[in-house]
Amino acid sequence: MSAQPEQEVALQPAGIIERLVRDDVDRKRFLKATGGAGAASFATFVMAACGSGKSKSSGTAATATQARSQSAGDIAILNYALTLEYLETQFYEKVIASDLFTGKVGSLVKDFGEQEKTHVEAIEGAVQKLGGTPVTPPTGRFPIVSAAQVAQLAYTVENLGAAAYLGQAANIKNPEVLASALAIHSVEARHAATLGTLVHKSITPDGAFAKPAEMATVLAAVKPFLA
Amino acid sequence: MTVDSLANPELAEIEVHGITRSSLLIRGALAASAVYGTSAVGPFVSSALAQGAASGDLEILNFALTLEYLESDFYNAKGREVGLSGQARAYAKVFGEQEQQHVLALTAAIKQLGGTPVKKPTFVFPAKDEKSFLALASTLENTGVGAYNGAGPSLKSKQVLAEAGGIVQVEARHAAAIDLLIGSSPTPSGGFDVPIEKPKVLAAVMPLIKG
Repeated sequence: MSAQPEQEVALQPAGIIERLVRDDVDRKRFLKATGGAGAASFATFVMAACGSGKSKSSGTAATATQARSQSAGDIAILNYALTLEYLETQFYEKVIASDLFTGKVGSLVKDFGEQEKTHVEAIEGAVQKLGGTPVTPPTGRFPIVSAAQVAQLAYTVENLGAAAYLGQAANIKNPEVLASALAIHSVEARHAATLGTLVHKSITPDGAFAKPAEMATVLAAVKPFLA
Repeated sequence: MTVDSLANPELAEIEVHGITRSSLLIRGALAASAVYGTSAVGPFVSSALAQGAASGDLEILNFALTLEYLESDFYNAKGREVGLSGQARAYAKVFGEQEQQHVLALTAAIKQLGGTPVKKPTFVFPAKDEKSFLALASTLENTGVGAYNGAGPSLKSKQVLAEAGGIVQVEARHAAAIDLLIGSSPTPSGGFDVPIEKPKVLAAVMPLIKG
């Protein structure tokens, strides 16, 4: 048995997106390291989505032109996702303000809230990049009663969010939008699983294959939370 | 809706209340798999998959199959060998079963697309106790998420993409649970999971493949 050192199994460093947005040198290194149209477009898209319009990347213009021709459906999907992200962000803001969670759980809740906010920013930028107008943020109304009730609600909301992204993946036309949606989709799944451990519910409620949720189903489910 | 309707590829793209016929079919198939088991799904998925899935998709599916073999073998065989306890043992049991279901689903999908599923390699896992087992589990699951996310936009078939999406979401859930258990962040890349291109995934898993 030839035991290999574990560090050979290397992952991308955390926070690379933020660095890509900030640091052009880092971005180029990332593109070179990862290669392939998928990663390149992903980085270009996230850069664009995060409002780094000053980038001189020649790919950005071409990407934008190509995107515009097929963007109407994608804009609608992005605005739908944006609506959900606005609601999630507002929800976490209320939860954090409630001080119901402290310590390790409190810091997870803060992380998740911040991550939802980065989703909002990225998707707003993406909608604009595709020539669309971001939807007006809805006003959420969330019952904040107890830690147990809030954790359960968060678990429900995150599972719904993950299912909503999954339900749209096959409808997205633009590969950069798809790459970004996939990057968000699996983070929503991570949130859902984390909350599952907190409320002692299943980490994988659908079993081995997560089920998608249709737009109509999702919008009906969030309706009670709209003021 | 009949399977025959998919004889016309253009029909697959007709939107029915916002979703395509073919994605409906896949969703039906996945629902069926929950009820009847994966083996019942093969013929059903095949018709959906036969449209527009290029050889590139087969290659990606076989690559995914290799990763699923690896994860399945890790949780099942290696998990037993290491001797896990408590939550680690419980996760290995459930996750191992789910990875095995991914193996079966991908094998069926590859066959139905007219491809040949790759053979299961022999793996060697550098884990000797529960701690090193969980550390490697975290690496494998997070690599799996990055690999699926990296391959997603390259998939030609929307049906394959939908199926892969249903799998990657479960991998992400596994990753988060394992990371929490070992005291790591359940969201190691923050708000956006970083896609990992095939060469990097290969470089990561090759040391674990014995032959």
